[in-house]
Amino acid sequence: MTEAAHAARSHETSRSPSAEFPKGRRLEAYRWMVLARVMDERCLSLQRQGRIGFYAPLSGQEAAQVGAAFAMQPEDWIFPAYREVAVALVRGVPLRSVFDQLVGNASDRSKGRQMPNHFAFSEIRFVSASSPIGTQITQAVGASMAIQRRKDRIATIAFFGDGATSSNDFHAGLNFAGVFRTPTIFFCQNNQWAISLPRERQTRSATLAEKAAAYGFPGVVVDGNDVAAVYRTVREARERALAGDGPTLIEAQVYRFGPHSTSDDPRRYREDSQVQAARQRDPIALLKATLVQDRVLDEAADSKIWEEARAEVAEALAGAEKEPLPDVASVFEDVFAALTPRLEEQRDEALGMHGGHRP
Amino acid sequence: MNPDSAVEPLSYTPEEAAAALGPEWTATLEKAYRWMALGRAFDARMQGLQRQGRIGFYGAATGQEAVNVAAGLASTSDDWVFPGLREQLVALVRGLPLEEYAHSIFGDALDPARGRQMPCHPTARPAHYVSMSSVIGTQISQAVGFAYALRHRRERGVVLAFFGDGATSSNDFHAGLNFAAVFDLPVVFCCANNQWAISVPAERQTAAASFAAKAPAYGLEGRQLDGTDFFAVYRELSMALRSARAGGGPVLLELRTYRLTPHSSSDDPRRYQPAGWAEEGARRDPVARLEAWMQAHDLLPADRRAKIAAAADTTVRAAVRAAEAAPPPAPETLTEDVYASRSSGPAEGTE
Amino acid sequence: MTELTLVQAVNRGLQEAMRQDPDVLILGEDVGVNGGVFRATEGLQKEFGPGRVIDTPLSETGIVGTAIGMALYGLKPVAEIQFLDFIYPAFDQIVSELAKFRYRSGGQFPCHVVVRAPYGGGIKGGLYHSQSTEAYFAHTAGLKVAIPSTPADAKGLLLTAVHDEDPVIFLEPKRIYRAVTGEVPDGDHRVPFGKARLVREGSDVSIFAYGAMVPTATDAAATLALEGISAEIIDLRTLVPLDERAVIASVEKTGRAVIVHEAARFCGFGGELAAILAEKAFYSLKAPIARVTGYDTPFPYSLEHVYLPNTDRVAQAARTTVRAG
Repeated sequence: MTEAAHAARSHETSRSPSAEFPKGRRLEAYRWMVLARVMDERCLSLQRQGRIGFYAPLSGQEAAQVGAAFAMQPEDWIFPAYREVAVALVRGVPLRSVFDQLVGNASDRSKGRQMPNHFAFSEIRFVSASSPIGTQITQAVGASMAIQRRKDRIATIAFFGDGATSSNDFHAGLNFAGVFRTPTIFFCQNNQWAISLPRERQTRSATLAEKAAAYGFPGVVVDGNDVAAVYRTVREARERALAGDGPTLIEAQVYRFGPHSTSDDPRRYREDSQVQAARQRDPIALLKATLVQDRVLDEAADSKIWEEARAEVAEALAGAEKEPLPDVASVFEDVFAALTPRLEEQRDEALGMHGGHRP
Repeated sequence: MNPDSAVEPLSYTPEEAAAALGPEWTATLEKAYRWMALGRAFDARMQGLQRQGRIGFYGAATGQEAVNVAAGLASTSDDWVFPGLREQLVALVRGLPLEEYAHSIFGDALDPARGRQMPCHPTARPAHYVSMSSVIGTQISQAVGFAYALRHRRERGVVLAFFGDGATSSNDFHAGLNFAAVFDLPVVFCCANNQWAISVPAERQTAAASFAAKAPAYGLEGRQLDGTDFFAVYRELSMALRSARAGGGPVLLELRTYRLTPHSSSDDPRRYQPAGWAEEGARRDPVARLEAWMQAHDLLPADRRAKIAAAADTTVRAAVRAAEAAPPPAPETLTEDVYASRSSGPAEGTE
Repeated sequence: MTELTLVQAVNRGLQEAMRQDPDVLILGEDVGVNGGVFRATEGLQKEFGPGRVIDTPLSETGIVGTAIGMALYGLKPVAEIQFLDFIYPAFDQIVSELAKFRYRSGGQFPCHVVVRAPYGGGIKGGLYHSQSTEAYFAHTAGLKVAIPSTPADAKGLLLTAVHDEDPVIFLEPKRIYRAVTGEVPDGDHRVPFGKARLVREGSDVSIFAYGAMVPTATDAAATLALEGISAEIIDLRTLVPLDERAVIASVEKTGRAVIVHEAARFCGFGGELAAILAEKAFYSLKAPIARVTGYDTPFPYSLEHVYLPNTDRVAQAARTTVRAG
């Protein structure tokens, strides 16, 4: 192991008692994780039925997302990639809003303009997601610099995957964060696969966390299947950020149980035995075992949680599917703050072709 | 090259010098000193010409001579150089005629690149010195692809990829080092850290402990060297080239130097460099350090030194004279080399 | 001859090029083991090995930058960018480097890289899996831009691209990757650059298109024929070099021009075509030139059918043009 890797691994964050996962909220965390899993499975089948156009599942990453979301505060800013639906749910977005986006209907907060999974919810400070890999990383650092300028007691967290560590914006983002000591948490969910490229062919460094040394701040590896460990790690990073101690890179090691997206067939590039082995450490099963052991949960209560989740998903989906498509005129809105004469002309042409309402 | 200025001495015994430079060490030293003197003289002359308005721009490499000359001498004719902004002396040592370089600075008809680039952007294919751009860092991933091609064709060459401290923040540094490590390619990454990216000091370029410390992020070894110590640079570069040639994979060398002149003729470092910086740099002048060591070891008698200086001066003057006498490129060259054949332009159909 | 889809023809073109010349290699994301996310490189790593079909880390800058280095040395790299929408991290390498190497080195370092990218809308890809930004590249001196619309052209233009001496941006209309099939010549089939394809002869109006808009324009011509309007369809095939002679000759014959592309109208390639016609065929024009294009908005998801030119819009524009004079 290189010296930097050693430094990254042996980095001791302060063991602050306030960073421990509150025991009373474990069941709540479990419910969110189950809801995310149920939604995930439902969406995969909806895509196969042609009822949604695309879906990028998060199965295997529930503990990482819920743990991180629990550790952040409502005033913090979230810069997601495109799998962070559980983060949005924990922060209070109604499931119905999520389905409005997945379906791309008239009620979608983003007016049906983006592919499924590319959420934007300003009310929970969940910034609009994009498909290009890594671009949110520099943006999160910029928001952190704005926070510094305003002297707000807020942190930002940027979500990205193992593949994004090779992106331009990872390099620029982490470098800027190091130089300006910004209150940023870089949360890398290393799910071991960038579509078909395995983690070890993405980079030759021993861990992704040790890349932080190249930018002069700590990097930590955490078991992303352990919701309490994720919570603690993010919480400590947040405390560092607010104390003015600068950014932290967290590598949450997880495994992508499903395909990269509904357009992907992982059997082409990985053995099913590897997936089965990873499923032995299913984050939901792990948390359930602890809860059962501590007598917080029994089988009957667990069944009820899954049933409730299924009902909730069914209801949200039914509502979203009843909604019409966005109005034709909406295509021309939000290009600029105000409609230009040229866009007005084009809007009228489109209305003439396709019908719809002139606002 | 004031012999009286108090330079930081190079503390090598002749035995250590021989170990660093190899059995022909005195001849290597002599050659190195002559190239450094020529580089220094050329830089000085060009800066003068720029002030007189006879050339439009100049970026000196003053302070980086030990690195450039060591790279030129330690590399073999199989190797290839992807330069950053200040490695022209590497090309000269590797065989680019000074007169041809002068033609490229004047951008005249005898410039092989037909006057298309700003001064200090030479291309020297026979010297295995690749065309450079003004864009920072782009050569790094190109160098890596080139090394892939060398290995694909089973050739012996190693690629030297040069860049400055500022370029470590670029996209291509990140992609290039990552790709080179993943594919285990014969590249020696040479970060000539002259401590200033125009006005940004190295410590504001990154919060990393050093630029060499960025190597482990890619699973590579990084080494920080005193780039003003010709012996150290020559020894380490030779080792890195040997290792890469033998299949040992890429390495990152950080060569710490002092930029003793402005970033370019368009820059005024008094606006941003702290008091005392230039003096500290002068004590680390690589040419003066080598000269002092050679003098202390009776390898550079005063008459020999004067002869070398006079020869450098004559060579530089002749090159400038030749370049100033050459006509500008012919107008029709403006539209050549955009595509392989002129008829391949956007409107081929009408030709 | 073999009946192939467009994406299969791309695959055969790559295979043929790699069999012809050991210097041809492919690099990109998911191109090896996975055979490309659209399967354009299916089976190639098995045939040619991981040294020639290279799965790279996730960095477009790295893909194009290293491809440039390979080309400087003399190999013939074909870089795949997974979607044209993801090319921008490599924009610096393409625009500042690839396009300029030959020129800036006085011809000492020609740099022949083929950059392949699926492009265009119609697959419900939203803002980032749909765009048509060919104009950025056509605008950059030193780059050639090829866009096939049939399986035979996909193979033929690709083989020409690989053996060309200049950098080529090769844009593949992913919407018709599998929607069209056609006979493709076996072996070394090449389609020259700068020669437009006459898809359908006509006398009343010339419709210029490329990529996935060619079948749309052809459908519109069929509709127009029922109304007694004879539309000529010209597939440009390569935007750079452009077959100006074919464009001008067609308008000299019909006197009317409709230009169709998916890209936004403002500063789109149609603007250049219209300018050329205004400069060189002005006195042949009987009616104002019409453009049927994407709107000047980002590419929408739910309403992509509104954004994209369709048969109705093309036919309507042609009718208006014919009625105008």
